[in-house]
Amino acid sequence: MRQLLIFIRKEFLHVFRDRKTLLMLFGLPIAQIVLFGFALSNEIKDSRIALVDYSKDAVTAKLIGKIEASHYFDIQRTLASGEQLNAAFKRGDIKMAVIFPQNFGDDLIHTGKATLQVVADASDPNQATTITNYLESIVTDFNGELAQDAQQPMQILPQMQMLYNPELRGAPNFVPGVMALVLMLVCTMMTSVAIVREKELGTMEILLVSPFKPIYIVIAKLAPNLLISIVNLFIILVLSDIFLDLPVKGSMLLLLFCSILFIMTSLSIGLLLSINAKTQQAAMMGSLMGMMLPTMLLTGFLFPIENMPLFLRVLSNLVPSRWYFIIVKRVMLKGLGFGAVWKETSILAGMTLFLFAISLRNFKIRLQ
Amino acid sequence: METVITTDKLTKRFGSFVAASELSFEVHRGEIFGFLGANGAGKTTAMRMLCGLLTPSSGKARIAGFDIYHETEKIKRNIGYMSQKFSLYDDLTVSENIRFYAGIYGMSIPAIKQKTKELLEELQLVNEAKTLVRELPLGWKQKLAFSVSIVHDPEIVFLDEPTGGVDPVTRRQFWDLIYAAADKGVTIFVTTHYMDEAEYCNRVSIMVDGVIAALDSPAGLKHQYGNQSMEDVFYELARKAKRGE
Amino acid sequence: MKTLRFLLEKEFRQLLRNRQLMRTLLLAPLIQLILLPTAADYSVKDIGIAVTDNDHSTTSRRLIEKIVSSGYFRLIGYTDGYPQALKMVEQDKADLALQIPIHLERDLVRENQKQVFVSINAIEGTKANLGGAYLRSIVSDFDDEIRLQWNVAQSDAPTVSVASSNWYNPYLKFPLYMVPAILVTLVTAMVAMQSAFNIVQEKESGTIEQINVTPIRKHIFIIGKMIPFLVLGIVLFTMGLLVGWALYGVRPVGSLLTLYGSLVIYLLSMLGLGLLLATYSGTQQQAMSLSFFFINIFNMMSGVFTAVDSMPGWAQAIVASFPPSHFIRIMRMVVLKGSGIGDIKYELAWMVGIGAILNIWAVLNYRKTA
Repeated sequence: MRQLLIFIRKEFLHVFRDRKTLLMLFGLPIAQIVLFGFALSNEIKDSRIALVDYSKDAVTAKLIGKIEASHYFDIQRTLASGEQLNAAFKRGDIKMAVIFPQNFGDDLIHTGKATLQVVADASDPNQATTITNYLESIVTDFNGELAQDAQQPMQILPQMQMLYNPELRGAPNFVPGVMALVLMLVCTMMTSVAIVREKELGTMEILLVSPFKPIYIVIAKLAPNLLISIVNLFIILVLSDIFLDLPVKGSMLLLLFCSILFIMTSLSIGLLLSINAKTQQAAMMGSLMGMMLPTMLLTGFLFPIENMPLFLRVLSNLVPSRWYFIIVKRVMLKGLGFGAVWKETSILAGMTLFLFAISLRNFKIRLQ
Repeated sequence: METVITTDKLTKRFGSFVAASELSFEVHRGEIFGFLGANGAGKTTAMRMLCGLLTPSSGKARIAGFDIYHETEKIKRNIGYMSQKFSLYDDLTVSENIRFYAGIYGMSIPAIKQKTKELLEELQLVNEAKTLVRELPLGWKQKLAFSVSIVHDPEIVFLDEPTGGVDPVTRRQFWDLIYAAADKGVTIFVTTHYMDEAEYCNRVSIMVDGVIAALDSPAGLKHQYGNQSMEDVFYELARKAKRGE
Repeated sequence: MKTLRFLLEKEFRQLLRNRQLMRTLLLAPLIQLILLPTAADYSVKDIGIAVTDNDHSTTSRRLIEKIVSSGYFRLIGYTDGYPQALKMVEQDKADLALQIPIHLERDLVRENQKQVFVSINAIEGTKANLGGAYLRSIVSDFDDEIRLQWNVAQSDAPTVSVASSNWYNPYLKFPLYMVPAILVTLVTAMVAMQSAFNIVQEKESGTIEQINVTPIRKHIFIIGKMIPFLVLGIVLFTMGLLVGWALYGVRPVGSLLTLYGSLVIYLLSMLGLGLLLATYSGTQQQAMSLSFFFINIFNMMSGVFTAVDSMPGWAQAIVASFPPSHFIRIMRMVVLKGSGIGDIKYELAWMVGIGAILNIWAVLNYRKTA
């Protein structure tokens, strides 16, 4: 046991002596949580659009006023003709064009019907669909106002209540996602590199000829990363409480327990990677190039997993951050208890045990 | 005799620490010049200044006739260097390493081919020409590294502890290579911790705490200090050192 | 210049000899490019809905049926009380809880209007917002049906209708939009990181010391390090375009010359970043931490997944300094819309500017006499 403590001490010294890496280890989560928490959202607003008004009457003016008043659109300019449209799209100046045909107002008043044309730059289908929907809802409102003038009978009025995030901010979704992403990548990478580095330098052999049990080596290698990750976790939680107004609603103890479990899962992935990598470069490539994008996408905070094709949905089950993301949302944002996350917690626990078991077996075979 | 290295009060400071203090000496063409000193005495600092890797804090020096401050690029064309750390590319073959270093010194392709053939024969590595360097035994690697460092026929070659970790037989062979180079007129500037190697040098300087404490031929030094071997001379001088490692 | 040839020879030999690395460098990105674009589908469908129907009338049943048959909503189940429905939302079983109060039908007839209550899980704001909008428009359609059924005289309220059309991607295929951007992130990770690692490796192994005593000039050495990764980047990019074309039908509408010209400018700027990171790192671990920092931020902020336009102004200003954000825009514009040089000159100028700053900074910081 004393041996183990000495070894763990050595590992801490390694980590704390390398100021640049250390700075990165703590700077990264802080920078990302602040940056992403404030800047990212799936919300689409202030989309630049162009107006082409061939009619120029009181009705179009009123409707344009309504479009202008919404924060969804930023009316960039008024194009004189439809020919300029293609050029503006190609330059990326506008995302959508709204075209009022001639006699728009007259048609509406005299025939009770008028159609406005909307052309969206659908190279980004998400945005095109969303802003078209926004526009349609503005027009629906406009129609509603017209209808109110005409006293429409028999209306069902839906009363909407937005739970957990009434202002529809991006942060409540992104903070748990970024937490999962950052903790997982940092843990995996640091662990795999720390072990492979020792292999590359040849010091691993020295350790293995010492009367030291391989399990101790593993524990000692993981200890500093575990500690750093827990500190990072606290930093993230404090920052999101202070700056992003996202306090932990549920039990802090439960969140901490689940987070440590998740950190362990990530550490065990790093361990497994390090056993199969011969060089630091290979370990980094594995953890960075191999894992970064899949983790981002399959955690589920960027795109809904239920929309993905079957094989990706199956694959996402193997990504630990996916389960952690669910846990954080429930415990931190909704304030639920263990009863709501026991399934996800057991999955993480199972993954961790499984990964550790294979890693330890391989560790002995490869190095002894 | 023609001098190829002249230094005058060459000094390097790192902050308040004086790593090398007022070094003044001359080295002649074709000489094997031993540069001795305990760890931390300032040998490597001195050598790095002479190679143009470090800018001196003060003092003057000319290497192969070029000024150490303003003509480092010209100096680099006329010197070879072999460092403590193994400096060939592990993942290139023997002949690829030779080709690379010869190429960056501006040799023509036919000259490189000729030189490669000569070197391989000289080192008896003809059969290993296509072997990756990482697969060679250490001794062979060091011999190859030396040959590569003089592939462009430099006027001076700087060797920084070239035989560390090498077995006695290979060390002997290594010194045969050094003698052969010196016979061709290459000046050898070598640091070492092996006192038997010091005996092989024409002249030896011993650095203690950043200054040159003694400089003479091995025989002269032994006579001057009344000792039987270079080993004793070295102990006597190095014992006075105040700064540790 | 003659020495450059030998440097390049050496770099390419080392690179091509490292099979494991080459495999990771070329295959890992391609596999990701094959699999991941299908993951990026933000369309809102299958919104889980839990219903509490206290009215049990024909009208309420028809309303529920209409909502479910719209295709946007999936009925999770009926609950006896609203709290149970909310519970389902809490447990993520449903996304939305709908309560139809008692006497819906009666009050509609008597009082001409009646409220229904909707609670939406809004952690994912956009999904909630769109889900709410869909529900509202379904209900409004339903109102029309009811009026017809009850033969209530429709007042002749004038209506404006919207005819929408989608250009450049009429079938709204998400992969078309994602493939170019994901390709950029993959090329970025490879080029910036590998060039940084490569130089730091020479530092760690000590061979850079040997190079420093040779008469190789600083800029030649740097160029020698950059060209192989430039070539590798172009190869990977080309393979990626082919994969995108074969699997997702992404065929560049614009000129390939414009595309590749921008690619080279982009790669040069990212190589500058790699070099800069290398000059600040002594060990591979440091190089890795630094490049991870930047690449992760680039990936998240450059508009690959979320629109840059919806970020706050200060964030957009930061993003403008990221070369990937400009190249991703260029890719999407040229590949999908066929934009020409004139359309992307603003982005090109940014990349040239940032690239120049990064490269100059890196060269100044890279001391040959270290």
